[in-house]
Amino acid sequence: MATKLTKAGALAATLTLGAVIAGCSGAGGPQAEDGGGISDDAIKLGVITDLSSVYSDLAGPNAVEAVKMAVDDFKAEHGDDVVTQNIEVTEADHQNKPEIANTTAREMYDRDGVDAIFDVPTSSAALAVANIAKQAQKMYFNIGAATTELTGAQCNAYTYHYAYNTYMLANGTGKAVTEQGAKNWYMIYPDYAFGQDMKKSFTAAIEGAGGSVVKADPTPFPNDNFSTFMTKAPTLSPKPDVMGTMQAGGDLVNVVNQYNEFGLRDKGVELAVGLMFSTDIASIGVDKLAGTLYTTPWFWNLDDRSREWADRFKERTGTRPTFDHAANYSAAMQYLEAIQRGGTDDADAIRKELDGHTFDDFFARNAEFRAEDHAVSHDAYLARVKEESDVEEDFDFTEKVDTIPADEAYMDPADSGCEMG
Amino acid sequence: MSGLLQQLFNGLVSGSFYALLALGLSVIFGMLGVVNFAHGAFYMLGAFGAFVALDSVGLSWWLALLVVPILLGVLGMVLERAFVHRLMHLFPLYNFLLTFGIALILQDLLRMKYGVTSQPYARPSMLDGAVNLGLFTYPKYQVFVFVFSIALSALVWLVLTRTRVGMIVRASTERAELTQSLGVDVRRWVTPVFGFGIALAGLAGVLAAPMRAVNSSMGADLIIVIFAVVVIGGLGSVLGSVAAGYIVGMLTELGNFYIPSLSQILVFVLMALVLLLRPAGLFGREEGAHA
Repeated sequence: MATKLTKAGALAATLTLGAVIAGCSGAGGPQAEDGGGISDDAIKLGVITDLSSVYSDLAGPNAVEAVKMAVDDFKAEHGDDVVTQNIEVTEADHQNKPEIANTTAREMYDRDGVDAIFDVPTSSAALAVANIAKQAQKMYFNIGAATTELTGAQCNAYTYHYAYNTYMLANGTGKAVTEQGAKNWYMIYPDYAFGQDMKKSFTAAIEGAGGSVVKADPTPFPNDNFSTFMTKAPTLSPKPDVMGTMQAGGDLVNVVNQYNEFGLRDKGVELAVGLMFSTDIASIGVDKLAGTLYTTPWFWNLDDRSREWADRFKERTGTRPTFDHAANYSAAMQYLEAIQRGGTDDADAIRKELDGHTFDDFFARNAEFRAEDHAVSHDAYLARVKEESDVEEDFDFTEKVDTIPADEAYMDPADSGCEMG
Repeated sequence: MSGLLQQLFNGLVSGSFYALLALGLSVIFGMLGVVNFAHGAFYMLGAFGAFVALDSVGLSWWLALLVVPILLGVLGMVLERAFVHRLMHLFPLYNFLLTFGIALILQDLLRMKYGVTSQPYARPSMLDGAVNLGLFTYPKYQVFVFVFSIALSALVWLVLTRTRVGMIVRASTERAELTQSLGVDVRRWVTPVFGFGIALAGLAGVLAAPMRAVNSSMGADLIIVIFAVVVIGGLGSVLGSVAAGYIVGMLTELGNFYIPSLSQILVFVLMALVLLLRPAGLFGREEGAHA
């Protein structure tokens, strides 16, 4: 009995070992050649996003779905001419933690053979993945994070930043509101990387437009009680014309509720919101936000092209897309098209293909993969939350006030501090 | 001057939530010796209960204020009979872990159903607008929250000190064996008291729904501060937890006003000071704390 088992065990071990060796040489083969062709005979897209906590509605599972939708559309578009039928999408939850994002990105690139990583909300996690992409020399398209560092001091050749950043938000909302006559700002911001970055960008934009920041208060994060700041705002000297809130998610809901409770608009203090997703407007309620100005890189019923895509997205997911979802689709599509054009998924070939590439799709207008700092620049929009009576269907919250041309929405690459190397 | 007074009043309003939550936690700890980590989850369920009641059956906020706490109180009693009760004779850590687990399960269930973004909840129209309080005008709803929580705390206090039921509960809290030997069936009161504590948490949640973001993590964000409040007031001390609730509320507001970046830690600094100088809490008694 014992000998039988041992024999069986030895056989199994040998077979396994054989399989491993065969597998290794098989996988190593084509990649080693000349950097051309499709590595592993497959294109693998990895989506690292928040699948379970605060950003899982604005990004999360539907961001993964958006990337899958891009893959399906890409295959359908090219039919038999498609570079490979073998395109896989994998997903992972980073819980917005940089250390988890770090490990996950490494596993995806090294173990799972992922060719490009998408999304990665939360700035600290986004920067951690940029660092891994640089080491692994694999593609990385950040969409969900807002920090300008990705295309600034911490930029690298394999990382592109899609959709938006704090500079865009500040130069849209901060500048426009100041130019409309709200010269004096009172700013509240959550006391962590994103909030501090927003405060810096907004202060620069406001002062650039001839306004001034009367006071900027850091607030606890997360926080459900902003009454101190609401009662403080009208008593400041000079009295602020507008209160700028840099809070996000649940905290933003609290700010807006309490702004209304304390009747600050009646006291002559308007509200400006730094960053807002359509999911935020849904949870606050249009009635409480009506008239509020904010900046967004896209919204689903911007025009017919956007709406057409959003309708298809709704068929797949049952809900309307946020700009993060749309940008994930757009980025995945641009990546796949670049592979189709170049006939290879080799990262160095792809980035050369992308650098300087200009395009125009339902999400990004007048868009360019800027070679200098790897920001994917495009038009953004100054938007206003509709009056409740003008809302015609679910998630119909936004009307466009103005288009912010790409070169105003994005920092001059010369000022970005990026040395691509 | 009116600015300072207004900040203090802000503190009383936010303190109202601390007070109601700490009161429930304290009553449960006093009677059962259980540190109920699920308290924040029931606060969250209270707010969600108000939301679901309005959204699905059109139950007004005023009715939710009555119905939701009662339902949650019953749920609390069921949980007490089914789980908490079985672990009471063991080391307190077991019940702490149990209630922690219950909190995580409740939170994740809500997250599965409603996602992580907040649910919209409109203020009852009767409480729209502001009232003039002499020195300053203040949102009517928040004034209501304050008055309501003071009245409720006073009512609980009266029940505990002036009624037979209250006497039994207090006696069982302080000297369970002695009360038992005087012919009172202490165990009979354990379940209702647990349910009552849970109902208070749910009530605080219903009160919070119109002014705070209603989402699955709203309780988890609050529970640590509530524990600090209970420790400051004195574990198991009813008066202490209510008073500490308002004190912590005002302290946090003053912190937000003068030194916003430090306001979060002030409550824990106070807790550390209280533990150093009066280990049983501001209102606790050494022997009472170990009932």
